Order: sequence, then C-alpha cells, then structure tokens
Amino acid sequence: MADLTDLYQQVIIEHNRSPRNFKKLEHPTNAAAGTNPLCGDDIRLEVRLDGDRIADIGFQGSGCAISQASASLLTGAVLGKTKPEAEALFREVHTMLTSAPSEPVPTATLGKLAALAGVRRFPARVKCASLSWHTLHAALQAAAEPVTTE
Amino acid sequence: MTGVRQVPVPASGSRPALDAARLRADFPILATSVGGKPLVYLDNAATSQKPRSVIERIQRYYSTENANVHRGVYQLSERATAAYEAAREKARAFLNAASTREIVFVRGTTEGVNLVAASWGRHQLRAGDEVLVSAMEHHSNIVPWQLVCEERGALLRVIPMNRRGELLLDEFERLLSDRTKLVAVAHVSNSLGTVNPVAALTRLAHARGVPVLVDGAQAAPHLRIDVQGLDADFYTISGHKMFGPTGIGVLYGKAARLDAMPPYQGGGDMIKTVSFARTTYADLPSKFEAGTPHIAGAIGLGAAIDYLAALDWDQVSAHEADLLAYATSRVSDVPGVRLVGTAADKVGVVSFVLDGVHAHDVGTIVDQEGVAIRTGHHCTQPVMEFFGVPATARASFAFYNTRADVDALVGALQRVRGIFA
Repeated sequence: MADLTDLYQQVIIEHNRSPRNFKKLEHPTNAAAGTNPLCGDDIRLEVRLDGDRIADIGFQGSGCAISQASASLLTGAVLGKTKPEAEALFREVHTMLTSAPSEPVPTATLGKLAALAGVRRFPARVKCASLSWHTLHAALQAAAEPVTTE
Repeated sequence: MTGVRQVPVPASGSRPALDAARLRADFPILATSVGGKPLVYLDNAATSQKPRSVIERIQRYYSTENANVHRGVYQLSERATAAYEAAREKARAFLNAASTREIVFVRGTTEGVNLVAASWGRHQLRAGDEVLVSAMEHHSNIVPWQLVCEERGALLRVIPMNRRGELLLDEFERLLSDRTKLVAVAHVSNSLGTVNPVAALTRLAHARGVPVLVDGAQAAPHLRIDVQGLDADFYTISGHKMFGPTGIGVLYGKAARLDAMPPYQGGGDMIKTVSFARTTYADLPSKFEAGTPHIAGAIGLGAAIDYLAALDWDQVSAHEADLLAYATSRVSDVPGVRLVGTAADKVGVVSFVLDGVHAHDVGTIVDQEGVAIRTGHHCTQPVMEFFGVPATARASFAFYNTRADVDALVGALQRVRGIFA
C-alpha cells in the first residue's frame, strides 16, 4: 500500500502552508496560465527574464497541496537559472514524475524537488505535481502579453 | 394494592428499522477491500453499486437470451424482445408514467437532456426565446441548452438560489415570461443534495404554458417518483445511479410532446418505411430509439427496478434521513469543516470543505483508509463559484450505508487533520 508520508512529506506540507514567491510580478516578460479542469487546480506563473536569465518569478492560484507545493518549489529551483537550464530541469522533473515508483530518484540534480517523487505511487495526483512545470514550460516558450500603459 | 402496572407502549408510528446489514449482503462489492481496508463506499451520487440480482440478470441475458430485438422471427429474438419490453414496462411503473409509449431508453440522463435539447429545442426555440435552468444544475443540464440556445439565438437564464442551496421560488416566478419556452431543473442537486420543489415549479411554469424538463438522476435512488403527480413534461434518469448498469437510462416524455417532436437520431428501428425519396418514422417510443439499443442494460435496469420495488420505502427513507442527520452532525463536528449545501429538504449528500486543506488532498488521504468519496467540482462549476470554493469533498449515501460508514469517514478526516496539522 502506498504510504501517505511519501506523498505528504514535510517539505510539501511546509511549502503548501507558506508558498514561496506567491506574488504577482510588476513587469513580467513571460507568463502562462495552467489549469487542471477536472481538479480545479489553477496556476498563473509569471517570469521576468533578464536576457536569458530568470531574474524574477512569481505564481498565483489555488489548488491542492501537491500543486501548490510543486509551484512553490519550482520558483525556488529556477530563480536565477537560464532558460535552457530551466527547460532542462523541467525535463528532469517530468521524467521523474512519470517514472515507475521503483525507479531511483536523481536527488543530486533535483535537490528538494525530489520530495515530489511521492506522487508516483498516486497516479491520480501526478498531474497536480506537473501542472506548474508545464505552465513554466509554456511561459518560457511564449512572451507575455504586452503590458499596456493606459 | 391495586393491580395497576405499567406496560411498555411502542412509540407511535414506530416501525422496524431498515436491516441495512442484510441489504449490504446483496451487493458483492461492499464486501471487498481497497489497499487492505474494507471498502467504505460513499460516492453513490457519482454511481451506485449493483446488487447481485442485477449482475446475475445481465449474465443470464447474455448466457441464455441474447439476440437482437424487434427484428428476428425466431424464438430467441422474441425472448430478447420480450425481456427488453418488459424492462420498459418496469421503467413505466417506476416513474408512474401513463404509457410505455412515453418511455424512451437512452444512454443516461445526459442523453435524455440532449435528446430533448436537440429534438424539441431545435424545433421549438426561436431568436429571443428563453430557457430557464437553475443555479444548481449539473453541467449536463446546462451545456445542452447553451448549445441549442446559441444555435437558435435563444437565451439561457438562471433561477437563483440562497446560501443554503435552495431555489428562490419568487425569483423563479419573476423570470417566467412570454419569452420563456422551457424550464429545465434538477429534482435533486448532485453537489448539494437539495430536493427541489419540482411540483410547485411545474405548477407555476404550466400556469404560463411553459413545459418543464426534470433531471431526475439524483432523485431516482432516493425518492419515489411520480411523473404524473409532478406533471413533468419530460423526466430523465440514469440506470447506474439507481443500482442498475451504466450506459442505460430513461427519458420520459408526455406522449403529446414526444409525438410532436422530430426524431433525434436516424437509423434502423426508428422508421416505418424508408425510400430514397421519403422516410416515415416509427411510432413512439421507437421513433427515438435508432439502432440496436443497449438491450442488456435495459434488462439490467429492469432488475434494479425490481430490487427497489421490493424494498420498504418508508424504512429506506427513515434510514437515509437518519444517516444524513448523523453524518451532518458528525462531519460538522470535525474542526475546520464547513458544510456546503444545507437546504431544509435534502437527500443523503454531505458536501464540505476542510479549512486549509484542498478537497483533493482530503480525497487521497481518506482513500488510504478505504473511504471512497468524491472530490472536485462535481460537474457543477457554477455552484462552486456561488459558494466561493474551488472544490468540495462530498460523501453521498445509499440505503446500504450505515452509521459505521460515517464513523469511518470521520476517523479518516481526523487523519487528514493530523497530516495537515
């Protein structure tokens, strides 16, 4: 039987309770919204790129502890990284989330993000953990809508 | 000493309680386990479990009676046809319809609504007309109307509700006008449990000459339905929510209404004669049953209706009322719980949010205790928006549930609180 403490590790509970970078950016260069229509998880992710580097990042939204903690962990993990570095991390996380529960978790590259590995034993919840990462991927692909100065 | 002595007097109106333990034994799945814990099934509003009599009836059909209906001249086909049509008569009796001509087999309530929207709606709605739905409708009684309204230039309007989740009848009366062409309303709300006063709604609508469609999906497992008493023009139910199979349901329509409607789908079985120049349609109800129907499903639904008919419904109602009262009290006593849907007239549905914990986390954690509840928006996003919550957790009961099931849920909710403490 899957163990709940795998899923709700302390770092997940803690990030859900006090999400990092839960904020709206003043001047985002890139943004994307992600939803899981069946769950009602809903995230808006904003990024300010300085050249190729993620100079600031913030998210807003609502959802389950897994989706909120994942978004919070994401912002900490990619802040200061270049676009290619963030995209590489997105692929790492995606591979890890969709791997079999018996597969080893590359803790060296993932760091705190390894806490998300618990969802692998709860197939219905994998999409909760991956939502913010797909949203980041979408945001980095497309520039934000131009900011009006009205 | 005089010979006076006290004798016990039974409380007035008392009757033997429902023997839920005996009924549970009729449902094989209720004896199973999930992840090593006995299954506590509290998602009956999503789908109900099936008694052995239904499962065995379907097996018997496929083992001994399977043939296409209304076609063969051979005995086996006649037997299949007789069983299929016997199921239609059972459905007629269940709904108290006047005639089996008014009983159309469909895939479920969703198809029942879509049939009326496509056939009646496209035929009757004009630009500027209005269709009234309630604020607590399931998406399946919203979207089909949006589609046909958009196509016809008609307008969808919403009967509002109060914070308890009760429709506002005076607002409903105000909304009724010469432009109103149909009222489509749930008998019982799937996400709130509210029992709507459909007889009163129908009376008010009919006073304006407006027909009424009732989504009866959530009423069928809990209430005795009388379409003639309600005077509903259309009433639709799903087999799987009333202890029958998935993929089968019934649309009841008054014969005069159905007669005036064009076919919904074309195909075999719904015609009298076909030529490339002209096709004439079959009489009711075949006109609305194109193609080979879900024969086994209809027969299985008939077996479910037989099962329900054998229950003492005064006992069932008393048992379900007790479960609802007990669950409402026990669940509200869990610190941080807020109930969503507190109408005075409810069936056994307890929707709630737990402070600081998203419904999906609640669902995953209680599942580890064997407790199956629904979490999410329950296909009623406007209801979630009205109550300002993204999702709720919902325990929904059937007559085979017991107070012990409620206790298991409450125990599991304490575990949720432990993890999120």
